[in-house]
Amino acid sequence: MSRNIIQRKNRFVCVVAFILLWGSGAIVYGAVLPEDRADVMYHSYDGGGVTIDGPSILVRKGFLDKFSVSTNYYVDNISGASIDVELLASEYKEERTEYSLGMEYLNNKTIVGFGYTNSTENDYVADTFYGSISQDFFGDLSNVSISYAYGSDEISKTDDDGFGTEEATHLKYIISLTQILSKNWLMNITLQTDVDEGFLNNPYRKYSFVNGTNAVGIVRGYADEVYPETRTSDAAAIRFKHFLPYRAALGFEYRKYSDSWEIDAWNFDINYTHPWGEYLIFDIHYRWYSQSKAEFYSDLFASEREQNFMARDKELSTYKDTTIGVGVTFEYEPQSWGFVEKVSISLLYDRISFEYDDYLDARENKALTAGGGEESKYSIDADVIRFFFSMWY
Amino acid sequence: MKRFCSVLLVNLFILSLLSMSGCSLKPWVKPYERTNLADPIMRFGRDPVAETYMHHVYQAREGAKGAEGGAGGGCGCN
Repeated sequence: MSRNIIQRKNRFVCVVAFILLWGSGAIVYGAVLPEDRADVMYHSYDGGGVTIDGPSILVRKGFLDKFSVSTNYYVDNISGASIDVELLASEYKEERTEYSLGMEYLNNKTIVGFGYTNSTENDYVADTFYGSISQDFFGDLSNVSISYAYGSDEISKTDDDGFGTEEATHLKYIISLTQILSKNWLMNITLQTDVDEGFLNNPYRKYSFVNGTNAVGIVRGYADEVYPETRTSDAAAIRFKHFLPYRAALGFEYRKYSDSWEIDAWNFDINYTHPWGEYLIFDIHYRWYSQSKAEFYSDLFASEREQNFMARDKELSTYKDTTIGVGVTFEYEPQSWGFVEKVSISLLYDRISFEYDDYLDARENKALTAGGGEESKYSIDADVIRFFFSMWY
Repeated sequence: MKRFCSVLLVNLFILSLLSMSGCSLKPWVKPYERTNLADPIMRFGRDPVAETYMHHVYQAREGAKGAEGGAGGGCGCN
């Protein structure tokens, strides 16, 4: 499973880096370059039998009043055994390393940005190029940004020379509007269309089919998944931020998603930020997500070659997840630390609970405690930690 | 078709805002009235390194992707 998670991560690395390096300058409504700051973070995800942790270092610096460059070094260390690994493979460890470099140029009320990201692991290499332009207008009450990203992946399979190398490409088109609604209200609308082509499935995952019966019922058989080679998707999100009278902020987000694989999803997030005294800031948020399954997903197909495309990824099933997150930040603005303007230390914790409607715990079938299709529904509780030090200069 | 219509509606909404800004309306929040908006707690993602990581967590485990929004930034009104 470690590898399964990594595979999906790579597919999305481009947009992640895109947000990281360009988004920090794009969602503004006054043409200013992002702040000069450095962040050193330890991140950890622990859930479903898998632990993924590592560092992320982000440094940004402006120069000549018109340019800002940023770089990010990010590592995922994966260990453990997910349900997929317990079913069909053996536990192992793996590492993914990601480097990003970006630059923004400010000219009057326009910011132009571009960048590059590389993600590498032993069986997956992803390169992404991206560019964006944003423009302020209407007395700096409005900002529109248009972004484009192109990603190219090379996929191989460990311990399987016969697999060779597969390729995939990813195109992303994003348009975003940020609008000042009043002295205390902000709004953002973002639209994104993606076109993914090539080898889009995970070479390690398998679908399940009816392979006879035994004393407990249906016996599950397994075969390599087959995905379509094209996926187009649309996502639209609207966000609000409201400044409360006693210096606190209330935020809300709603996002709708649909794609050519017939996955329909939506989520909302409500968040609250509350400064306490001169040095502390508390955060709390709640997020809810729901999706329907892909048309070629089934927990258990009737036969081995029932249809052209077949998958049993739980990420393509019908499910929902909820997140409760809390955080605390300590901020300090030293008076005599030379070039250092501000420092902060933050600890953020999120608890994510996944509940799958049509992805069953096939380990019970393997253990001969339940027939295929009669196992209990699978669920995961995951703990996510972000602990980071930030410095402004 | 339903997907197309929903995207179209949002596009029309954006275009209507753009057209309003270019025609009859004038900016209704002056720069000196944006103190609250300039507060760092009003950002859609205060800490890019942390915000980006959560996008990463969800993208790896959910079927939906895209339109996550940016992290960091701020108000050009300070």
